[in-house]
Amino acid sequence: MAAISLRDVRKNYGATEVIHGVSLDVTDGEFIVIVGPSGCGKSTLLRMVAGLEPITAGTIEIGGRVVNDLEPRERDIAMVFQNYALYPHMSVYDNMAYGLKIAGLSKQAIRERVDVAATMLELKPYLDRKPRALSGGQRQRVAMGRALVRQPAAFLFDEPLSNLDAKLRVQMRLEIKSMQRKVETTSLYVTHDQVEAMTLADRLVVMNAGNAEQIDTPLNVYRQPATTFVAGFIGSPAMNMMAATVAANGRGLELDSGGSVKPRDTALAETGRKVLLGIRPEHLSLVQELNADLKLAVVAVETLGADTLAHGHLADSRGAGGDLVVRLPGTSPVKPGDVLPLAVEPGMAHLFDRETGKRIEA
Amino acid sequence: MIENRPWLNFFSHVVLILGVAVVALPVYIALIASTRGPNDFYSGVVPLLPGPHTIENYKQVLFAGISTSGAPPIGLMMFNSLVMALSIAIGKIAISIISAFAIVYFRFPFRSLAFWLIFVTLMLPVEVRILPTFKVVSDLGMLNSYAGLSIPLIASATATFLFRQFFLTVPEELMEAARVDGAGPMRFFWDILVPLSRTNMAALFVILFIYGWNQYLWPLMITTDPHYYTVVMAIKRMADVADSIPQWNVVMATVVLALLPPVLVVIAMQRLFVKGLVETEK
Ligand SMILES: Nc1ncnc2c1ncn2[C@@H]1O[C@H](COP(=O)(O)OP(=O)(O)OP(=O)(O)O)[C@@H](O)[C@H]1O
Ligand SMILES: [Mg+2]
Repeated sequence: MAAISLRDVRKNYGATEVIHGVSLDVTDGEFIVIVGPSGCGKSTLLRMVAGLEPITAGTIEIGGRVVNDLEPRERDIAMVFQNYALYPHMSVYDNMAYGLKIAGLSKQAIRERVDVAATMLELKPYLDRKPRALSGGQRQRVAMGRALVRQPAAFLFDEPLSNLDAKLRVQMRLEIKSMQRKVETTSLYVTHDQVEAMTLADRLVVMNAGNAEQIDTPLNVYRQPATTFVAGFIGSPAMNMMAATVAANGRGLELDSGGSVKPRDTALAETGRKVLLGIRPEHLSLVQELNADLKLAVVAVETLGADTLAHGHLADSRGAGGDLVVRLPGTSPVKPGDVLPLAVEPGMAHLFDRETGKRIEA
Repeated sequence: MIENRPWLNFFSHVVLILGVAVVALPVYIALIASTRGPNDFYSGVVPLLPGPHTIENYKQVLFAGISTSGAPPIGLMMFNSLVMALSIAIGKIAISIISAFAIVYFRFPFRSLAFWLIFVTLMLPVEVRILPTFKVVSDLGMLNSYAGLSIPLIASATATFLFRQFFLTVPEELMEAARVDGAGPMRFFWDILVPLSRTNMAALFVILFIYGWNQYLWPLMITTDPHYYTVVMAIKRMADVADSIPQWNVVMATVVLALLPPVLVVIAMQRLFVKGLVETEK
């Protein structure tokens, strides 16, 4: 167990920089999830921590020791790979024991550790099998067992669940979480699945194009996205974004697409500032005509059972822009062509600077 | 095919049986000839039924040798062939798996140059470079020695190339997992790569053993001492006696004996060999 800290870590492939200086402090025992779209550099960052990829600049510390130039084996980490990377010619037992054998543990000690891990992961009946004779979920468990028996300072996971079907993914997600709770080992977990990210993380690192856009608890990331990218990436359907200008005399926001809104309990920026107004689909609710902040002309309706998603555009929008999605209760009788009067829930509007995309705090 | 077309069936069977016959008949004739007496061949008719002289013929070949061709007993030559074939097969596999390992898994200066140099030797089998090779071997004093018989044939690229192609299909994560598990390069080589290459090695072993066993030209050039003759040379020498008719029964007994080791190797390696050809162990 150990704290991990990254200081302005950068990575270049030739002339192109793919990680633009990421800093992160992980406390002992914390579960950090790195999430972001494909190609944003999540794997690269993780592999740099593992020592599989040399870093171009910055420092990485594990347990207070700078590991920049150490081989993976000297970093005291264990990694779970996306395609499991089990040794195909070794039995499950040997797969789990291999690292311990190399570390020079006694046969007896190895047996005990593998036994504990196999019990925890319910792998005991399969110890003599080859990986080829296991299901995807079982292989996944072996890969985790291999990491577990090492009792490393940190676990590194690179999209370990992405090859499993949806149901198994949920189950394994819970297992990983409870396993990590039990052994309290610092973990870095890479995924592009936001549900996985939200449910597993103590803290989230949201990455975009080689930058860590926000590092915070899942709820804070959801409630106070630091940038428009984070706002759009976390949450499904994505947050509605509307270009607007702050109107004079506290009259609210003039929408570029026409009309104006005055969200309640939201501090507005200085007059004339060009902003993006962000409202999550679930933070709009159907109200009386009189109390409406916005009016939505419904174009399409998606019925999900528990919820109904209404897609459309602002009723007083002129041409482009002003597209909007609303999440309504499943019972709402909505159909295309309706015009829905909507109110923004108090305090649930987000303002971002239009130039920088950064959140405007009150 | 699900359709039942009797004529097609009949025709394909005829073709297959003819094919088998073409391959098997000479073997059969050799086998029969090795059981006959020395005088059964003067008539010019090839005997097709076994004769009574089996034990006698094989005894003579194995222990007495044939005086007319100045050949020592065949046992020694079988042994020479075995040493040569084994050295070539094992030497080639050992060298090429290591060089393929270096080329695939290490970054070193002139890596691709090294690969291409090895690759180019594919175009230079022994027969092409036989004179310069002979000169080198003789200057090194390796004429009439096991080293001279095998080393020049070990140096070639086929197997390196095959191992390289195989290593390229081994997922990179396996190497990374081993690194994280604490395995250094040689550990990874022995614990992961070599076991994974087992079936490839078996297949190569069979092919190279037969290649080594069947060498004719090279042993012929560099051996003048009968103690280093190989069995393939012996067959040629026996069949080639001057001023008299070859003792076909004895020659054929030698042929049959010379056939045995490759057959045994194929049978012994069959399980792994077939697996190596049809299945990539995932
Ligand atoms: N060897 C390389 N040479 C050049 N660029 C590379 C190399 N490896 C990765 N990249 C680039 O680095 C960026 C980050 O790659 P990385 O594998 O970390 O993405 P990722 O976030 O893990 O994506 P995914 O979710 O698809 O796995 C990508 O844009 C990729 O093109
Ligand atoms: Mg990745």
